[in-house]
Amino acid sequence: MTAGAPSQLGPTGTGAATARLPGVAVPERRRLRTPPFKRAIFIALILGLSVLFIYPFVWLISASLKPQADVFDNRLIPRDFANNYWGDPTPGAPGDEALFSLPEVPVATWFMNSVWIGVLGALLVTFSSALVAFAFAYFRFPGRNVLFGLVLATMMLPGAVTMIPEYLIWNELSQITGEGGRFAALPDIGVNTQYPLWVPNLFASAFYIFLLRQFFMGIPRDLFDAARIDGDSYFSMFRRIALPLAKPALIVAFVFEMQAKWFDLIRPLIYLRDTDLFTLPLGLKTILDQFGTGGGGESDWQIIMAGTVVAVVPMVILFALFQRAFLEGISTSGRKG
Amino acid sequence: MATTAVNATRPGPPTRARAWFSRFRERETWFAYAFILPWAFGFVVLTAGPMIASFYFSLTNYGVEQIGGFAETEYVGAENYSRLLDDGKIPLALKNTFIYTGMMVPATMVVALALASILLRIGRAGDFFRTVFYLPQITPPVAVGILILVLFNGSYGVVNRALEALPFIEQGPFWTTDPSWIKPSLAIMSVWAVGGTMVIYLAALRGVPQHLYEAAAMDGASAFRRFKDVTLPMISPALFFTFIILTIAGLNTFTEVYTAYFGAGSTGAEEPEAALMYAIYLFRQAFQFFNMGYAAAMAWLFFVIVMAVTLLNILGTRRFVFYQGAQR
Repeated sequence: MTAGAPSQLGPTGTGAATARLPGVAVPERRRLRTPPFKRAIFIALILGLSVLFIYPFVWLISASLKPQADVFDNRLIPRDFANNYWGDPTPGAPGDEALFSLPEVPVATWFMNSVWIGVLGALLVTFSSALVAFAFAYFRFPGRNVLFGLVLATMMLPGAVTMIPEYLIWNELSQITGEGGRFAALPDIGVNTQYPLWVPNLFASAFYIFLLRQFFMGIPRDLFDAARIDGDSYFSMFRRIALPLAKPALIVAFVFEMQAKWFDLIRPLIYLRDTDLFTLPLGLKTILDQFGTGGGGESDWQIIMAGTVVAVVPMVILFALFQRAFLEGISTSGRKG
Repeated sequence: MATTAVNATRPGPPTRARAWFSRFRERETWFAYAFILPWAFGFVVLTAGPMIASFYFSLTNYGVEQIGGFAETEYVGAENYSRLLDDGKIPLALKNTFIYTGMMVPATMVVALALASILLRIGRAGDFFRTVFYLPQITPPVAVGILILVLFNGSYGVVNRALEALPFIEQGPFWTTDPSWIKPSLAIMSVWAVGGTMVIYLAALRGVPQHLYEAAAMDGASAFRRFKDVTLPMISPALFFTFIILTIAGLNTFTEVYTAYFGAGSTGAEEPEAALMYAIYLFRQAFQFFNMGYAAAMAWLFFVIVMAVTLLNILGTRRFVFYQGAQR
């Protein structure tokens, strides 16, 4: 596997400069000659609008810090910080429970489930998609165009069409690996386990294949040929040259899949039954149903708001860390959400 | 590579076939197949196979008894499809989905374009505000569904408080319970997540060559004419693209609406028919009532509708799209 002769190219070879996300126009900063007066008006306008856009976040955080009676009082700064569901509020006070210690809604467990499934799924799909994308970008093989056409076609397919048979596959798997099944010795995979949430990520995803292939095609072929001459196997060439150079695009795929996993409600709804297995979106829905006005809840909106903050904040952090990847990914792909 | 050399000589059909087959003797070909194996497996097991199976199930009575093995699966022909015509909830769900999409798509495009145009004109500060306007886009859809309930609450919600502060409005609409206001509130909430579309427009606007505006201004074109005859044609590929993508996303709407109005009941009221989107009804048929055969037929109807709408959109708007490259 390892190269016989040391390659002249480090992981950050000269090709890195040429390898940009294709499709992202390198904007030549236009100096629009907006007169200062007009510019001031525009800035005032945009400030007003951004207050409008940010307001729901501020409202949400503030509501999560209030006691039940004050949730809808429209103060942005809570009147009473002492009785909220974050920490361990005054004992004996109304609602003296903390969000993370409510037994019927194990928020901390859901959070960790979401984190590990998100990270694992994103890593798997990024790696497998990169492998496939590299094959489509570098190798010439019979049937390449037809197969790539199939990849693109699957991007158009609504998930609803395959959703039911896929469920039946997992259902069948839980029959044979569950208790009393023929392969009961194996770990139980199937319905009501978390495998259906991340195992499909092993098999690459059309959208990321497309994205990464575009990127790999931007890397000069000479780099790969040079590595081959140096004695690299195809796989080590992929690992040592292609992957390091494609880092920006790999990060895009990774953060997009993280986001997709963090957002996903429908697959957990279909596959999970036990509360402890839930991911955060399904957990949040459970909190809403349990504490909201319907379903016998007592309108404990402060708990619901605290749970919502737990779901929102990690994405904001991820976005802060990988802002460029998010924005470049959206301009390249235009995928909504 | 050897194959390119062969291709370069443009051989006639018999030799071309032989050249094609000869590539199976090359190691490179087999490595390539090994590399695409993950996708190929997934395609067969999770896409192509399920598609065929889904079509088969749509012709059967497959349901909860069949899953449990208590009853045989029976072939029922097109019965599920004719049932679609008799099910009053199908037209209702389609109507809801189309009304919502019809409100959400143009509103999102207009707001996104307005924001992007302003951001373009404020220089460096634009980058900061771009981040601000993108934030709603990274809010989980379940959280958005919850926010709809609290922000648009008829009696306490902040939206109505703001509206009632206006001198001519006494009581704002009961957004979350009044059937005629549910879809507008859903659409307004999706416009909040305008950030992705806005980022695409911003990139497109930055790509419009400045000299076109200068030439237009020199010819005495008004700001409106410059927008209509320079900006719009030049960014039309981006408009076209987002139009298609947003429409597909609108038709697939599930999570926000399901969170807010379905499940164990979170508004205290009955599940409102006005919020029944097609994807939600499909989900319920499949995974709550376990009418798998019927749901598979629903899925195929949905597939045909989404394809037809997309095709119509492409055909209907294609002539307005101007590709710069084609003119050079």
